[in-house]
Amino acid sequence: MALKHVNAVVVGAGAGGGIVAKELAAAGLSVVLLERGKWYTPFDDRKDDLRNQRTTVLGNAFGPDEERNPRVFVDEQGRERLVRPSDGAYNNNAACVGGGTLSYGAMAWRFMEKDFRLRSTYGTVEGSTLDDWPISYDDLEPYYEKAEWEIGVSGDDSNNIFKAPRKRPLPMPPLAPNREYQILKPAALRLGFHPFDIPMLRNSVPYNGRAACMRCRWCVGFACEVDAKNGSQNTVIPAALATGNCELRTECVVKEILTDAQGKVKGVAYFDSKPRLCEQTADLVVISGSANESARLLLNSKSRMFPDGIGNRYDWVGRNLQGHAYTGAVGLFDFECYDDLGPGAGIAICDFNHGNPGLIGGGMLANEFIRLPYQFVGWRAPNAPRWGLAYKQYMRQFYRRSMGVMGPVQEMPVFESRVQVDPKVKDFWGIPVVRLSGHRHRNDPIVGKFLASKAEAWLKEAGAITTWTWVPDTGLSGGQHQAGTCRMGNDPQTSVVDKYCRVHDVDNLYVIDGSVHVNNGGFNPVLTIMAIAYYASDHLVNTWKGSHGAS
Amino acid sequence: MAAATSSGVGCSGAKTPWRFLTVDEARTLATLCDQIIPPDEDPGAAWVGVVNYIDRQLCGPLEHLRMSYRQGIASVDRSSHSLYGSAFAELASAQQVELLTLMEQGRAPAEAWKQIASAEFFDLLVNQTMQGFYGDPRHGGNREATSWKMLGIPYPPIRGRLHFDVGKK
Repeated sequence: MALKHVNAVVVGAGAGGGIVAKELAAAGLSVVLLERGKWYTPFDDRKDDLRNQRTTVLGNAFGPDEERNPRVFVDEQGRERLVRPSDGAYNNNAACVGGGTLSYGAMAWRFMEKDFRLRSTYGTVEGSTLDDWPISYDDLEPYYEKAEWEIGVSGDDSNNIFKAPRKRPLPMPPLAPNREYQILKPAALRLGFHPFDIPMLRNSVPYNGRAACMRCRWCVGFACEVDAKNGSQNTVIPAALATGNCELRTECVVKEILTDAQGKVKGVAYFDSKPRLCEQTADLVVISGSANESARLLLNSKSRMFPDGIGNRYDWVGRNLQGHAYTGAVGLFDFECYDDLGPGAGIAICDFNHGNPGLIGGGMLANEFIRLPYQFVGWRAPNAPRWGLAYKQYMRQFYRRSMGVMGPVQEMPVFESRVQVDPKVKDFWGIPVVRLSGHRHRNDPIVGKFLASKAEAWLKEAGAITTWTWVPDTGLSGGQHQAGTCRMGNDPQTSVVDKYCRVHDVDNLYVIDGSVHVNNGGFNPVLTIMAIAYYASDHLVNTWKGSHGAS
Repeated sequence: MAAATSSGVGCSGAKTPWRFLTVDEARTLATLCDQIIPPDEDPGAAWVGVVNYIDRQLCGPLEHLRMSYRQGIASVDRSSHSLYGSAFAELASAQQVELLTLMEQGRAPAEAWKQIASAEFFDLLVNQTMQGFYGDPRHGGNREATSWKMLGIPYPPIRGRLHFDVGKK
């Protein structure tokens, strides 16, 4: 079924896609925003500790659905198996309007200046495709600011002496500190760290017409019941729809990007919810499906000009899949740390993002979000009993007397960590599925061990009577912080998109999401994804020479 | 008894109040779970309804585990007979703990565990017992939010509150 031609199709209504749709629509372009998932509200799975974005034992609350969307996972011994979205190895983000931003913990980090030039700073890394970005922090600075003010960020990083320079302060003050913060802050200062209030995409005061956070314990992994958590679904997407120039179509699964005989993109083919195969033509196509699905779509879009998938002339599409290797420590205390005041995470340090002797990069460290009881079940010391009376006594004694300090290790990208499309397995719609394989770089656990020791020292200084560390392994990364598979670069032979997120080789195809990250920072990546989306949209709008509106 | 064969179909209504488990399976499972989370000054897994949680989920999102539970529970009783001459539910507590420890370590009598590995079933037992004990009551366990009271969480949560008395710094 052929539809009315529009100026732009955006595939994926998440952090990147929502912003692009709104920026283009606000500039007068006609936009169709396609989302394979549904538009969930907080009332779809209220406070279900066994079915949410963090805990998927009873299913996958924010998409994609379990039955129709398999992937293939290849382990380090080369054994392959079919995985469903609720399986830990699936490498899921979310599939819904808002994408990950509907249910995330909402930490809102600007990367540091060095994060855009790791190779210049540290040199090449053996076994890694580490490179500098083709853009700098300064290129993105105004767009970080735009994201902070338009989507809405609260916090206070003025005590973070390591941060990249900002022109404008954050629009909202931080949430009042909880007990964990008040215990950890003086300990950090005594150790010579520089603790500060984590910037979060969360209203601390009424903002953008919505209420402030109600400090509940169900934040990370859940949709917010008072709509105080800011995502693309309650900011830019409604704004895009309000322009009258943007149409959102949910439960639409894009099959492939369509090209004409000259290799110019002419639109996409997708299945609507019936399912019925539709063709949406457009002057330009923006792919914002997140690192797994964006790479998959490019690889599945084969033509005479692009036999290995559009944009994949040099086998870089799907490569360098990254996420964050989480590291950290847990401390047990003989006094209460718990005050039930959410979201729980509130204090962070950037003392160990860079400049760690003999190490490349590092990562931010922060206290953890509130652990719901079932989430605390796994928080026990190595070799401690996990059943029986002793374990029950442990849970009872320490649930309110424990804290964790964790952080995302900045991973070294690995060419063999990749998303391919499986030669045999297809999803419900007959589209070849993601095939995952690879591993992290051997440096990542080394950096993780170093950061974990700092986390442990912090907890000990705060009075912990027992501590232990959790150090990452070298398994395949990605998941909710997935990035890297359509790398940004100046050289078409070692990248997929140029500095404006345009796919090399193709005039009118863009990838605007975490796939373009060369490396993923020692931080949760979403604010950087948003900044890049604003930056790339700005360029698109400024260079747009086509007509406005649907023809 | 038809419901005790290896057919995965539950809900037959044949002589069991459960959706999937037989009466004997439920009894064995309750005994197993009560060793995973025993009663002490707070109730244990059986009282809070972990068996109900497991039975319900085996007819829902965990239906792919049905055969594992049927085979695992049968293997537990085979091991129990082999080692101690009685069904698991009849054993003294110390013997139950001993057999569970063997299962955890993968050292339970091999001839009883041909269909499913003992360590694999043990992992399932621990996971579902923790879910049924510490998870939301809506899923069939954690009767009266017993575990949440045990841990000291305010329940029910008070909605819409803001802690005005917590000053900044």
